[in-house]
Amino acid sequence: MNGFHIVVCGSLVPDPLQTLEPVTTPQGPGLKNETMLPSVLDPWSAHALYEADHLAKQVAGSKVYLVSLGPKAKLQQLMMTVAQKVPFELVAIDGSASGFTDAHLVAAALAEAITAIPGLDKSRLLVFGGCASASRDAGVTMQLVCERLGIRDFFSGVDELKVAPDGSFSVLERVEGGQYLASTCQGAPAVLAWATGNLPEPRNNPQVGMANMRGVMPALMKAKPAAVGVGALSYAKTEIPAQKRATRVVKDVGADEIAREIVAWIKG
Amino acid sequence: MKILALLHTQDDGALPKAALEVVTAAAGLAAQAGGTFAVAVLGAGATAAADAVAACGASAFYAVEGDAVAQPRYATDTAAAAALMQAAGAEVVLAPGTSRFARCLPGAAYRTGAQVDTHVAAVSVEAGAVQAQRWFYRQRILGAFSRAARPWVLLVDSGVYAPWSGAAGAAQAQPVAVAFGAEDSRTAAQGLQAPAADAQTIRPDAPILLVAGAGWTKKQKDGQYHIGEAGALIQGFLQKAQASLGSSKSLVDLKSDGQETLNFMSHMNQVGQTGSTPRHPKGLSTCCHGEEPHAVGWRFINERRAINLDANCGWAQGKADVVYVGDAFEIMAKVNALLG
Repeated sequence: MNGFHIVVCGSLVPDPLQTLEPVTTPQGPGLKNETMLPSVLDPWSAHALYEADHLAKQVAGSKVYLVSLGPKAKLQQLMMTVAQKVPFELVAIDGSASGFTDAHLVAAALAEAITAIPGLDKSRLLVFGGCASASRDAGVTMQLVCERLGIRDFFSGVDELKVAPDGSFSVLERVEGGQYLASTCQGAPAVLAWATGNLPEPRNNPQVGMANMRGVMPALMKAKPAAVGVGALSYAKTEIPAQKRATRVVKDVGADEIAREIVAWIKG
Repeated sequence: MKILALLHTQDDGALPKAALEVVTAAAGLAAQAGGTFAVAVLGAGATAAADAVAACGASAFYAVEGDAVAQPRYATDTAAAAALMQAAGAEVVLAPGTSRFARCLPGAAYRTGAQVDTHVAAVSVEAGAVQAQRWFYRQRILGAFSRAARPWVLLVDSGVYAPWSGAAGAAQAQPVAVAFGAEDSRTAAQGLQAPAADAQTIRPDAPILLVAGAGWTKKQKDGQYHIGEAGALIQGFLQKAQASLGSSKSLVDLKSDGQETLNFMSHMNQVGQTGSTPRHPKGLSTCCHGEEPHAVGWRFINERRAINLDANCGWAQGKADVVYVGDAFEIMAKVNALLG
């Protein structure tokens, strides 16, 4: 085989340590100070990107693309860190990365961008992404991309991908009860929505960053705008429910007494 | 309004609890909307499974069974689900948010021209229109929304509705033919595997969730690591309390980074931002200082307690009902002893 064309779909989400407050905008629900919130690469997509790099290194002739939909200025900021992790060619789409956007519109924009990648060979195509985003958390986008690309094999919550020399592969997908569904597939094309995989986050590599950035800036310059919004969704409300609990702090009490209280609570 | 409860069977041919919960949801929605609901089942033993809910009040029953859908597989499940949706002709499709349906129903929705939403935490009729609720930004913001387009497929999270129960009968389920293509069987399911761990530690129906943080693997007050002891205490508690085990990201990341840690932990145990958000009546957090387990991972834990060395831990304050300030090693040893 001549290697895979691995297309990773991944965008930005607010840094998980930020406090998020919903607001109403003319375009629908949004976040307070959304443009000012620091962003990170969506965590599950990040795992997909690291797994794509790992696979590309294993299978000679493979190439990794990162298709990313977000506001162009924020994508540029994001790439300053992401581009130092692994080598990829960026395909940027300029549009909203809000968690309130309609996944159907997002999938359409992603599929269109993937289809337009010059020289992409569908017989060697593996599309990676996260099993859900940390913003919309819909868990449907990659399936919709799969259908739009006319691909018949899809895997969700993937933690492991092993490729045989003939291009066939085996997959472990997360299912209920802490178990995996093991499957084999005859080979590309396929779409894999990753869970965490098994790889650590790569260290920043300035050389990789330098090489990536040569392609990142032109990709951002020619990013096509995508009309991605709430679409057919009609929001009645978005809110942060009152969650604060009156925490009782138990201190200066012996372990025996604490243990008794915990056991009584468990059995109660 | 025509509503469809779209279900699947599990390995033994029975309907999973999440499917029975959807029967309750569909019956309730139909009553609110003044409509009817049908039940469609796919998977091994689908016809018999339909018989098991024959008394649920559904106006019609449909089934797809056979080798092609005996095991979960995207291509065949998607084709079968699309055929069932088309056969029923429903405007609103409710389905359990199981891994099998979470995988295939978005594809089935696409093929039938439907819209799809997942992780639904409530569905009701408001001002004459169906409205759903789900969380956004990983359980941080709750949204209520509707769609005008039909059909509309809603995957309902497990634990939201009570499982339907009633007498079995003869549902007379109509078999629905599905035209599977050769390309639909490129993938072959090989069965279930337990993760690489010493024991089963994830129990979705457990009465209590124990969340272990990275503090278990840090140097203790004697200046030494006690990872083996930590493992024994945690596993002892899981066994005695029949608890499920959750982990902070920092703890399972230690394994990815090649550091010594608890060998029965995997990313499957992780709760929070890139982990799960399990539903349990009670949760006990130990040696855990991050936001994710307490804010995101605990969203659906009703009663929450934490053991923490820091009385002012900002992430436990306001998120736990009780914080015990103490040494988790010492306290959990005594808890295990009391549990027998």
